[in-house]
Amino acid sequence: MTVEAKTVRITYREAMRQALRDALHRDPRVFLMGEDVGRYGGCFAVSKGLLEEFGPERIRDTPLSESAFVGAGIGAAMGGMRPIVEIMTVNFSLLALDQIVNNAATMLHMSGGQFNIPLVIRMTTGAGRQLAAQHSHSLEGWYAHIPGIKVLTPATLADARGMLWTALQDPDPVLIFEHGGLYNMEGELAADAGAVDIDTAVVRRAGTDVSLITYGGTLSKVLQAAEELAGTGVSAEVVDLRSLRPLDTATVLASILRTHRAVIIDEGWRSGSISAELSARIMESAFYELDVPVARVCSAEVPMPYAKHMEEAALPQVHTIVETVRQMVGSRG
Amino acid sequence: MSQQVAFQSPPLDRHHSLFLLREMLRIRRFEEKCAELYSATKIRGFLHLYIGEEAVAVGALQALEPDDAIVATYREHGHALARGVSATSIMAEMYGKQEGCSRGRGGSMHLFNAATRFYGGNAIVGGGLPVAVGLALADKLQGRPRVTACFFGEGAVAEGEFHECLNLAALWKLPVLFCCENNLYAMGTALKRSESETDLCLKATSYEMPAWPIDGMDVMACEEATQRAVLTVRSGGGPCFLEFRTYRFRAHSMYDPQLYRDKQEVEQWKTRDPIAVFQARLQELGLLNEEDLKRIEEDITTEVAKAVEFAETGTWEPVEDLTKFVYSEKVQA
Ligand SMILES: Cc1ncc(C[n+]2csc(CCOP(=O)(O)OP(=O)(O)O)c2C)c(N)n1
Repeated sequence: MTVEAKTVRITYREAMRQALRDALHRDPRVFLMGEDVGRYGGCFAVSKGLLEEFGPERIRDTPLSESAFVGAGIGAAMGGMRPIVEIMTVNFSLLALDQIVNNAATMLHMSGGQFNIPLVIRMTTGAGRQLAAQHSHSLEGWYAHIPGIKVLTPATLADARGMLWTALQDPDPVLIFEHGGLYNMEGELAADAGAVDIDTAVVRRAGTDVSLITYGGTLSKVLQAAEELAGTGVSAEVVDLRSLRPLDTATVLASILRTHRAVIIDEGWRSGSISAELSARIMESAFYELDVPVARVCSAEVPMPYAKHMEEAALPQVHTIVETVRQMVGSRG
Repeated sequence: MSQQVAFQSPPLDRHHSLFLLREMLRIRRFEEKCAELYSATKIRGFLHLYIGEEAVAVGALQALEPDDAIVATYREHGHALARGVSATSIMAEMYGKQEGCSRGRGGSMHLFNAATRFYGGNAIVGGGLPVAVGLALADKLQGRPRVTACFFGEGAVAEGEFHECLNLAALWKLPVLFCCENNLYAMGTALKRSESETDLCLKATSYEMPAWPIDGMDVMACEEATQRAVLTVRSGGGPCFLEFRTYRFRAHSMYDPQLYRDKQEVEQWKTRDPIAVFQARLQELGLLNEEDLKRIEEDITTEVAKAVEFAETGTWEPVEDLTKFVYSEKVQA
């Protein structure tokens, strides 16, 4: 028996804050900028206390100018800094879309490899808190469409703690999507938790009957669904994608070789989604391994409604995941 | 600093004065109830209260005609009420009931009402300005002598859309009334920490439109200034910019420890409470007696109670309707 490693009880929010603090201590080129990251303490309180610790030069409050400060992050990265730009939420990143897509993602290529952009952009994503249509988008899959950037979706405490530093070491722009429903998630994290890789998917639960593939805010729902299914004799394997670009297809395919069934669970809309991309890749590479067609549980194709029961109906839920798997397993023939 | 314009106030009309007081009180009491209902979890999502700023919406909206249009932000309960959107339908909206003014799909931040040409509650800072410019363009193209009043906070001034829209509206001489509600803070960011030039009227005049600041704590000043501006705008003189200097007494939304401002500052501004000050002035002039006040308060209590009852007895939209209104049901001829 190995000695039990020391752990600490921590929330996702604190894990993220530790990652920020760690980066700011380790690399003098690192600074954080965004709306209300300083005096307000971050709109989700992630950066609370950092202004006092690192001062206004390194914890920079910006005006409501998403395009300007994301663009400034790009320039600062090209100028030798290691900026972490915080956009309050993915919804407002749309005001900076031009900078992200037309500048950050293209510069290296357009310049024939001369100018890389070591920039990290963090933002909150997702629905589930009755914030209605303009504050509930899940557009990380959409960003994953774009070559030139990397797209991370930390779903666990270890990833919240460990992805940032690795992203900062990356020579190219990395977008980190933190699901708003995760910040209060609490659990045990290794006391010495540190950097983690940012390009592989991970099997979070082993199983033999079906592969449930997901990422970000829906991971906990999927794990819950797997637990429920286990109670009824269905052994589900859960794969956490962790990164949507690059997409670790190999880990997904390896899982399907074990289970021969796949359900993709994605808070994004189904049409043109990351779940569609993954499904296509499975079809391309493992068609003859599948016992049944790939199934998907995604958000309803509707702007997110405010009313609670409608929002719940629009989002993937434990029971819809369980139901989809039951139907699939039942159709074994 | 641009100087606030002093108005040669005509002698106060008792009937109209009492009406203005009543309107401000309606908003105040309605929102106090909302705060209570939020704590009781009847209202969810984000809730941004207008308390302290009532004089602006009440004063400004007096200057508009029924077929003028209004575009507002997520802090729009006051504008909706003052515009004549019923308290019942607003409260039902906040409950998420289908009897709400947006059928429960919008919530507090997205109140809409076609009958009063109330074009919403936009929750993207700066997002309403282009819409207002477009509404005005349509009026101009169709030769309608209408005005579009667009309300937004001073935080929006930092957004590119603000500058793009002021320029376009002035360039094309569009009938837009830009109503900037300067409450000095955008969430936790003070104006002086986000603008190199804090005189907002100077920015507007640089786009070649008349602009002037107004004491936003004085309902009469708000009304008179807006009337004057509307006259210019309606007569084809192009857009106008009004800066209403006001203050929000409460948190930005419901959760906000207000680390960014002194309690003393808030208390200082509360001595200028638009309702208390106006009330005292009317009493001093003998235009308001205890009886009047009692009657007004009673009427409002009844109205708010009815709104709550209406919301309580409202119904939930069936989940089968979830994907309704993503596309229009009837094809336009
Ligand atoms: C584009 C965009 N960025 C950020 C936000 C988050 N946010 C919501 S309200 C707000 C402050 C806006 O302040 P101001 O325009 O002054 O209006 P106020 O809330 O004071 O009425 C911020 C930053 C948003 N809704 N939209």
